[in-house]
Amino acid sequence: MFGDILVLMLSAVLIENFIFSRFLGCCPFLGVSEKPDTALGMGCAVIFVMTLASAACNLVYNFILVPFNLEYLYTIAFILVIAALVQFIEMFLRKAVPSLYNALGIYLPLITTNCAVLGAVILNMQKYSDMARGQSFIFSVLFGFFAAVGFTLAIVIFAGVRARVEYADPPKCFKGMPIALVTAGLIAMAFSGFSGATIG
Amino acid sequence: MKKLNLKEQFLDGILYKNPVFVQLLGLCSMLAITTSISNAIGMGAAATAVLICSNLLISLLRKFIPKQVRIAAYVVIISGFVTAVELLIKAYLPSLDRSLGVFIPLIVVNCMILARAEAFASKNGPVASVIDGLAQGVGYTIALLVISAVREILGAGTIAGIPLFGENFKPMIIAILPPGGFIILGCLIALVNKLIHTIEAKQKGEKG
Repeated sequence: MFGDILVLMLSAVLIENFIFSRFLGCCPFLGVSEKPDTALGMGCAVIFVMTLASAACNLVYNFILVPFNLEYLYTIAFILVIAALVQFIEMFLRKAVPSLYNALGIYLPLITTNCAVLGAVILNMQKYSDMARGQSFIFSVLFGFFAAVGFTLAIVIFAGVRARVEYADPPKCFKGMPIALVTAGLIAMAFSGFSGATIG
Repeated sequence: MKKLNLKEQFLDGILYKNPVFVQLLGLCSMLAITTSISNAIGMGAAATAVLICSNLLISLLRKFIPKQVRIAAYVVIISGFVTAVELLIKAYLPSLDRSLGVFIPLIVVNCMILARAEAFASKNGPVASVIDGLAQGVGYTIALLVISAVREILGAGTIAGIPLFGENFKPMIIAILPPGGFIILGCLIALVNKLIHTIEAKQKGEKG
């Protein structure tokens, strides 16, 4: 069990990094990565939401969709759960933990349309739905958490590099997004060094 | 009511406001599935179908949807159409379903579709919205085709599965791996920027 969790952690964070090998969550990755601070804020918000969304969607799938034979409606069900969850977290944080709300608040609404969250939930469903309910719940939550950690790692590294690229002087048509994409490609190349690794 | 301008809408969708190259929307699914031309055609067609249907319905309902919950309403409408498209693909094109995988349900969170709903369909009539959906969808598909053609030629030495070069050709595998996707997209966006700048400079020159 412990070994399984270690393997899951390494593969979710490094080997199958959400951004660099699965291309999930590229929009916020390119949109909110101009400064390392905001990138870290976005990363924390994603960790928070993705872990809770994995738990909630696993429960919805196993206890609502499967008993009623409605598995084919999973896309609608999951996106509604995520949207409601994000709204709920926002309201809860504003009342209960205002300091955290001030730090994460502006990123929360953006997360509803972050394909990393929906992607993680759907991958969880595909990978773990054959397991026993308790086990699939634990693995889904862990996968959600570690995948989000991988996302945060990627976005913070990228923001650090990008802050330096700002001062470089690329050809005019490369200014802004194109040079950022090329930079992302080079970082992805570094990450692909992990991709041959098999553990276990 | 604004007069419909077909030519302008299509030119916008394909070049000046191309969803991928200019607006930088829907990058996630695009980078992931443009490893071959057949994938690109399938994904482009699926996204275009969803975009046209959701634009039509949202524009018909635009007077009934309250402003405060509009995003949630759009997401529900879009995910309904995506589920329909997903079931159709599963039933009739199982091989496409296998190669696109998780990215078909992820059309729901493709920012392009939500952006068109918010920016266009919620403010314009049904006919204009359908045309806008078609133009943007065609622009998206063309962008996917261009990127996947470059990646397939470099990375596999084939175009739509047909070998282009002799047997001695060694493909650049990097082009179909994730790093190549980012780098090639960056270079293509730079190229489109250059193209738009040149056209604009020419038009200015003609006028002045």
